[in-house]
Amino acid sequence: MDNETNATGGRNRAVLKHLGRAAGALGPLAALAAVIAFFTVADYLQGGHSFFTLRNLHTTTVQGSMVAVAALGMTAIIIAGGIDLSAGTALALSATVLAWCLRQGYPVPVALLAGVGSGALAGLVNGTLVSLLRVVPFIVTLGTMTIYLGVAKIIADETTVRPMPDQVPSWLTGLVTTRPDPPWLVYQVLPNFASGVWSALALAAMLALVLRYTVFGRYVFALGSNESTARLCGINVPAMKIAVYTLSGVFVGLAGVYQFARLSSGNPVSGLGQELKIIAAVVIGGGSLSGGRGSVLGTLAGAAMMAVIASGCNLLNIRNPVQDIIIGVIIVAAVTLDQIRQRRLSS
Amino acid sequence: MSDPSAPLLAMHGIRKRFGATHALSGVDLHVRAGEVLAVIGENGAGKSTLMKVLSGAHPPDSGRMELAGRPLAPAGPHDARVAGVAMIYQELNLAPDLSVEDNVMLGQEQHRLGWLDRTAQRRRLKDVLELLGHGRLDPARRAGRLSVAEQQVVEIARALVCDAKVIVFDEPTSSLAAQDVERLFSVIRRLKASGIAVIYISHFLEEIRAVADRFLVLRDGRTVGEGILAGTSQAEIVSMMVGRSVTELFPSVAHQPGSEILTVRDVSGRSMPRQVSFSLRRGEILGIAGLVGAGRTQLLRCLFALDAVRQGQIRVAGLPPAASPRARIRAGLGLVSEDRKAEGLAQSMSVGDNVTLSRLGIYSRLGWLNLRRRHQAVLGWMAGLGIKARSPQQEVAELSGGNQQKVALARLLHQDADVLLLDEPTRGIDVATKAEIYRLIGQAAAQGKAILFVSSYLPELLAVCDRLAVMARGRLREIRPVSEWTQEAVMACAVEPATRLAEPC
Repeated sequence: MDNETNATGGRNRAVLKHLGRAAGALGPLAALAAVIAFFTVADYLQGGHSFFTLRNLHTTTVQGSMVAVAALGMTAIIIAGGIDLSAGTALALSATVLAWCLRQGYPVPVALLAGVGSGALAGLVNGTLVSLLRVVPFIVTLGTMTIYLGVAKIIADETTVRPMPDQVPSWLTGLVTTRPDPPWLVYQVLPNFASGVWSALALAAMLALVLRYTVFGRYVFALGSNESTARLCGINVPAMKIAVYTLSGVFVGLAGVYQFARLSSGNPVSGLGQELKIIAAVVIGGGSLSGGRGSVLGTLAGAAMMAVIASGCNLLNIRNPVQDIIIGVIIVAAVTLDQIRQRRLSS
Repeated sequence: MSDPSAPLLAMHGIRKRFGATHALSGVDLHVRAGEVLAVIGENGAGKSTLMKVLSGAHPPDSGRMELAGRPLAPAGPHDARVAGVAMIYQELNLAPDLSVEDNVMLGQEQHRLGWLDRTAQRRRLKDVLELLGHGRLDPARRAGRLSVAEQQVVEIARALVCDAKVIVFDEPTSSLAAQDVERLFSVIRRLKASGIAVIYISHFLEEIRAVADRFLVLRDGRTVGEGILAGTSQAEIVSMMVGRSVTELFPSVAHQPGSEILTVRDVSGRSMPRQVSFSLRRGEILGIAGLVGAGRTQLLRCLFALDAVRQGQIRVAGLPPAASPRARIRAGLGLVSEDRKAEGLAQSMSVGDNVTLSRLGIYSRLGWLNLRRRHQAVLGWMAGLGIKARSPQQEVAELSGGNQQKVALARLLHQDADVLLLDEPTRGIDVATKAEIYRLIGQAAAQGKAILFVSSYLPELLAVCDRLAVMARGRLREIRPVSEWTQEAVMACAVEPATRLAEPC
């Protein structure tokens, strides 16, 4: 009931609801600002001057960008009502393939294509299995998680793949440099972030546009909102699922490039546990695990928030286990707040 | 309780505001023990809010309630239940994997030191089921395996086990077939005879007449009429509900049958339908009546390729379309699902998305959407169908059932389907919106669309359709022009095969 729009009361309520929804999209950003403010003050009170600095901005953005890129793909999957537990090991697989190709002396473009391609292939396999076997994605990707780990180990011969320094192009390590030169503005206007940070932002903008302004994007939301309705509307549900998982695989592959750039090596086990950070970024950003909801901006804020907490805790000499606990608390709090907001909106 | 004429439950001057909206502005309600009170009103009239106040889900802003002479101010649904007010909702709330017994006893188990006293539980359950006239229901059966009607009995039994004094039925028949409705009414009569006060909420005036003693009409959160049903005509009640006299409950739009567009020959599905044949012409409305489980929904799903067709032929405008919903849409078919929530609409998406989802192509170039053009188009559809929503961006979940149904219908019209497959398109919506839906169906027929109209509500089928088919046990028993059917003849045809078809024929 209560859907009449005629009364002015209804209009006021409508305005309130719109504000509520806008605040909902901005919620993760506001939380991010709060976390930054907290660490700035705490850092200042401890007498340190290392948190709110250019140097730390570079470190944090670079460290957050790998999770952010993979989380972009995960955002699409989660909006479509799926989940991908294999993202972490697929990411390490991509990095391993890239490292292996470079070490074997393949040209850099070929190595990159192979690295990103193995991420996409992993996504394609996930999507195909989910569509064909009709098994829930949680189980399918729980299985492929260890499959990809095994494949990466075979490729790496159960060690870490280390190309010679001269086999790694300098722009690739520059992708994630924490000491760009000049440190702040280039051409007086553009902050000189590492190229990887800019690339992550560009990818995010692209995905946001695709989700909002394309038929594909509407279908992604429809799939997660109600799969039966999607089928009823003539959407090819299996093909859409394969497409979404493959798209996400491309992002995972790109995140693998970031990981390789940071470590200068490919380590098959380095992806274990990353999937949880990736999923957490999406969930903190307002993505709903029941599908149909999620936003690129929210995911970016979620990824940034985790990077900020990690760097803030490091600088304040808070021990690693405590960081884990803090991030856990924030995940639960973020989802709880989101639920409360949803309930308020729908009542 | 000494004075039998004193009300068992009384609600006085109940007011409730949500923000600036007055959902209830001073409603009085009385119901005596052993009496059935029908609460009638359109969607949005305040019935659900009133019942939520009664059940403690929403505390009233002002007003008071009394149950058996004692003040009633439940802090929540559990509180109300303990006080003796039980609600039977449209959507049943059973745990599908638990047995009938466990469901009935859930939260009120009889036990000794934590160990279930199954003997005592069974005895209590048996008493209650017998009181309801369903003594043969097996307490060990899993609730998920029961029919909707049986599940409802389990819910009612649950209410009785916790000594409910007042039982509220919220649209209890919207998912029942005619024969189950009759059995539910006999259950309600038994409740009445055992001294329980029943509040019965429904849109079906015929039903209300069959089961209730008194009525209370709500409109815009106020009581606009009450009285004894025996002395009040249908038209009087309807005009109280809508606030204007409805000259026609079933508006008709003149339409002419044209060329044949859908041909169905000997179509059988996995178990249903069985060897169904019929044809449908442009500008024709063909109704399909039958009991729940007669295979009507499965027939529509086979036509739309949602269910597999075992054998037989389906031709649309002479051509056999490929077996996928996508191909069927391209061939000119469109389906309104009987289940808005689970299948028909993407509840968390906007009105605009839901209307256009099956035909986004007309707003896109190379996959990119022109959202402004789509927004304008959706505004047009909303105006044309009278969809009450703030904007095309409003989420479908926030709309009333009637408006949701219009959105589902708008999708078919937007995709320009030639054959509209409508599965219970007026279920659970108010009289005024039903009339609008009938008008839209008539208009679609006048524009040369063919309509297949499945419904469990016979009066609407008899009023709206050109021809009417009756299905039973998966088979299409008979098709006749609607003028050659009576309500009794349809029922006889729908029920009779149950005995005659005991052996396959």
